Amino acid sequence: MAKQGYRYSAGKLVKHGLTRGDWPRMWSRPEARSSYDVVIIGGGVHGLATAYYLAKEHGVTNVAVVEKGYLGGGGSGRNTAIVRSNYLTPEGVAFYDRSLDLYNSMAQNLNLNVMFSRRGHLTLAHTDSALRTMHWRAEVNKLQGIDSSVIDPQEVKKQAPSLDVSSGTRYPILGALHHPPGGIVRHDAVVWGYARAADHLGVHLLQETEVTDILCEGGVGPDGKGAGGRVTGVRTNRGDISTPAVVNCTAGWASLISNMAGVPLPITTHPLQAAVTEPCKVFLPTVVVSGSLHVYVSQTDRGELVFGASVDPVGTYRVNGTLEFTEELAGHVLELMPGISKMRLLRQWSGLCDMTPDYSPVMGTTQVDGYFVDVGWGTYGFKAGPVAGETMAETIATGRDADLIAPFTISRFTEGDLVGEKGAAAVGH
Amino acid sequence: MIVVNCPNCGPRNSSDLRPCGELTPRPDPSTASLSEWRTYLYLRENPAGWVTETWYCRNGCRRYFTIQRNTATNEIRDSEAP
Ligand SMILES: Cc1cc2nc3c(=O)[nH]c(=O)nc-3n(C[C@H](O)[C@H](O)[C@H](O)COP(=O)(O)OP(=O)(O)OC[C@H]3O[C@@H](n4cnc5c(N)ncnc54)[C@H](O)[C@@H]3O)c2cc1C
Ligand SMILES: [Zn+2]
Repeated sequence: MAKQGYRYSAGKLVKHGLTRGDWPRMWSRPEARSSYDVVIIGGGVHGLATAYYLAKEHGVTNVAVVEKGYLGGGGSGRNTAIVRSNYLTPEGVAFYDRSLDLYNSMAQNLNLNVMFSRRGHLTLAHTDSALRTMHWRAEVNKLQGIDSSVIDPQEVKKQAPSLDVSSGTRYPILGALHHPPGGIVRHDAVVWGYARAADHLGVHLLQETEVTDILCEGGVGPDGKGAGGRVTGVRTNRGDISTPAVVNCTAGWASLISNMAGVPLPITTHPLQAAVTEPCKVFLPTVVVSGSLHVYVSQTDRGELVFGASVDPVGTYRVNGTLEFTEELAGHVLELMPGISKMRLLRQWSGLCDMTPDYSPVMGTTQVDGYFVDVGWGTYGFKAGPVAGETMAETIATGRDADLIAPFTISRFTEGDLVGEKGAAAVGH
Repeated sequence: MIVVNCPNCGPRNSSDLRPCGELTPRPDPSTASLSEWRTYLYLRENPAGWVTETWYCRNGCRRYFTIQRNTATNEIRDSEAP
């Protein structure tokens, strides 16, 4: 059983070390109720953070998070944990920067070490047009008080000495966008921290419970689904649950869930692969991203190099690794860092990404009353978990789209008011 | 590796071709309302199962054709010219 409100501390560490006593479970496994005020579908960082802020900030505790597998088994447990706010649009910058604030105080607030490391973030430019986009981003960022600037190859070399900045390479490094507040975080700890805190506040975390339908009435489509209707509950493999509010936090599976409410999404699901090497002495002090080479790399505190790329081009729900990915990755990484040619890959994996046409999320209220979306997180949504949870909780509690997410509602697609972030999100994560 | 059968060039690695996404019925631009047109542009069913989709034979005959693919398994059946 999870012990309500059990706090971690140095004293507890000594006590458990000496007595070798078991630690209490981080969260409980409650029996589902027949009805909840809010049912959140998806037990990743977005669903769990939304539940936590609903309970913490708005006193809404009769909440269930329904997860078909285990908590953090989706993208939240598979990502490369890059956190930054140097986006391209003012809307995006303001939104992601709030998330960085929340990461900064997270270890304190959730009483769990999430290993947030603001080690700096470099986006390399190999062409004049890439350099131009970097300048554009730096100016948008500075205008909003974000620490972000364009640096030359010599400065790049100082930030990351292992990079080959010579001019004779196939893709010479012409400069980089430098974002000192960016960095990485321990993604599993973030998921566990929100889960544990939400459980302590009374939220039900229902694992191994799969939503198979969303029950609606009054809508224009079949079975009362679709525009003009409202939500009455969800059907799961363990029975029906009635609720007036359903939140879709299922990332790669978002379209499947949304179609159940008669709300088609501007989303296609693509796999994204990542890989990690054997550990070695820490030599890479920052996160390095190269959009033109479709690759990025950071080094964990354990010494492993973590690599990622852009999504697989063919949309699919199948997550298997491909040789094309490994080959291309190795080739491109060695262009940047010839010195690591003898390192071996330990493993590679893949996760599902819900890609939107403008590389911005789809959030907030929809044309179905009581059906909320927090989806379209593509390859960049982990960093947004905290701010998405905070703003979605406000939106659900008040019934009105929170200010920070108003630009991201689904109506932007029918109104033709897209928020183009491709220049800052296609490979950057 | 996903092998796609081009009606002209035969079986090719999918990386030789360009996937153009699920086939959505195109409304008549001269009569479609703005919202119908944007629905066509952006909204997708994105099912986990059989879908009819368009491919472009980028490195071969440069023709567009449609196939059916199961997006849960990547199994493919009947290629045809549009
Ligand atoms: C390889 C890789 C690298 C990435 N790198 C970064 C990065 O560096 N920085 C960054 O910010 N982002 C990154 N991302 C993106 C990020 O991982 C996701 O955007 C984010 O984790 C989405 O979180 P989520 O909580 O919305 O969804 P998820 O964590 O995917 O959770 C969705 C959950 O919904 C559940 N679910 C699905 N269908 C149902 C159903 N019918 N019933 C019940 N439950 C259901 C799933 O089991 C899953 O657990 C990366 C992604 C991948 C794959
Ligand atoms: Zn061909």
